[in-house]
Amino acid sequence: MEASVRKELTELARKVRVGVIESTNAAKCGHPGGSLSIAEIVTWLYFKEMRVDPKAPQDPDRDRFVLSKGHTAPALYTALALRGFFPWEELYTLRKLGTRLQGHPSMHALDCIDMSTGSLGQGVSTACGMALAAKLDKKDYRVYTVLGDGESEEGQVWEAAMFAAHYRLDNLCAVFDLNGLQIDGEVTKVMNIAPMADKLRAFGWEVCEINGHDFDEIERAFETARKTKSRPTAILSHSVKGKGVSFMENQAAWHGKATSPEEYEKAMAELTAAREA
Amino acid sequence: MAEKKATREALGDGLKALGASMPELVVLTADLAETTRAEYFRRAFPERFFNCGIQEENMMGVAAGLAAAGKTVFATTFAMFAAGRAFEQIRNSIAYPGLNVKIAATHAGISVGEDGASHQCNEDIGLMRTLPGMTIVNPADYTEGICAVEACARLKTPCYLRFGRAAVPDLSAGEAGYRFELGRGRLLREGTDVTVIATGLTVSMALEAAKLLANEGISAEVINIHTIKPLDAGLICRSAAKTGCVLTAEEHNIIGGLGSAVAEALSENCPVLLVRAGMPDCFGESGSAAALLEKYGLTPVDLARQAKAAIARKKA
Repeated sequence: MEASVRKELTELARKVRVGVIESTNAAKCGHPGGSLSIAEIVTWLYFKEMRVDPKAPQDPDRDRFVLSKGHTAPALYTALALRGFFPWEELYTLRKLGTRLQGHPSMHALDCIDMSTGSLGQGVSTACGMALAAKLDKKDYRVYTVLGDGESEEGQVWEAAMFAAHYRLDNLCAVFDLNGLQIDGEVTKVMNIAPMADKLRAFGWEVCEINGHDFDEIERAFETARKTKSRPTAILSHSVKGKGVSFMENQAAWHGKATSPEEYEKAMAELTAAREA
Repeated sequence: MAEKKATREALGDGLKALGASMPELVVLTADLAETTRAEYFRRAFPERFFNCGIQEENMMGVAAGLAAAGKTVFATTFAMFAAGRAFEQIRNSIAYPGLNVKIAATHAGISVGEDGASHQCNEDIGLMRTLPGMTIVNPADYTEGICAVEACARLKTPCYLRFGRAAVPDLSAGEAGYRFELGRGRLLREGTDVTVIATGLTVSMALEAAKLLANEGISAEVINIHTIKPLDAGLICRSAAKTGCVLTAEEHNIIGGLGSAVAEALSENCPVLLVRAGMPDCFGESGSAAALLEKYGLTPVDLARQAKAAIARKKA
């Protein structure tokens, strides 16, 4: 990857983090931790990977995105705003009465959302349905989904994993955001899901393991997904929950709460400094 | 005597009949292709049929994704595993986004028979009724089932279709000018003393009960409510206002099903005495369909008795 591209993407991911903090701070609630851990992934998807057009959000040939870990909507909403689907100012309506930016993504509230999500474990299944439709219609659009590691404790995820391999959905790519934390603590202690790579390979998936905050590794993983035939691809994206805001990093407590005024100032100062760095 | 056929046959035949004219129609099953009769569609259109294996939760999600990408999807399994096991997937991935998925549930109610309580779903109508935007259809016989499959396939919103395993007389086939319209109940017999409101396999029983009552000089009106949601409250209330008492009959818990829906319509619009026949808030058990229906009071003789009880209480 050229240095200029990496720099541009890094700046976009920083802006995603700013949007996450700004919107959850304005809402006085929401889920910053898991939103910050997927900032690079959603940036890559909406600025490099996916064939989408802000002027035609319902284009039948567009690539699809399902945010299975729907509580991290602030990251998705910010990426959509940065990509031009709606104005940045709308981020400040997050979770407020009458908003298009529902607490968890709603495809009817907002036309650039491809699937309503929020109840964990269901997104891989709906993404499978879209990928199957593409195969039936002989279309070349691809389907992407992002789910959490805690979410992977849901049995339906493994039903869908079996289904995707059985029907050879090579147009499906699932990113597992492995930030290691869930509401009640460390994933390894609450309900250990390891070894994920072995499990997914055993289910018939192509597996890439990457640092989810490194754009060079992200680029290579999605390239592998595009080139893989006859089976779906899982990207195991090792990440840091709360990434980019020092006091949120690796803290399960920041799963589902917004900043206090002081914390907001501190977080914004850090993210601003990151731009200048 | 009308030919007897299980309504699930209408699911298979109805889907097969629509397949050619609806290229966007896709059918899913969860290892129950043969017994739900979805198999009939598979044989005709194998490229648009997908077996999900024994994973109903995933099947509902796959159905939602297919619908979001423009398909009209029928997801077929037993009522217990559709409305029961996959309730939350139906709620969040299908009903909330309002996707074009038809949940086609066979083996509903106690007429499942010998398999017993674990498979006798007497709760599905109640569960589905609470979902905003969900159309619920419970056809009375084969011909009505064929019509219901087509009408729901042409609707672009979520539907729950309920089919039975037991063979029932295809009365609609012999009815001159039979016409099916979603959301419109069917007045099958006019009467003045009591209104009997039935759905699914109890419709033919209600008509038989009306004949028994007529022999005793009692005039019973019979209404077939094939669409439980949206409910034809107008027809129900006009009849109730005329007769002054109502008996509902269903193979479902009397809590949450047709009886509850009718009770809500009546008490909000035209309160009259109501008696509900059905599963009295209990689980079923093994036995033949006929033996179970008799045990739980779903026979023409029992319905006639309950209708008379309603009339007696109305006069009291």
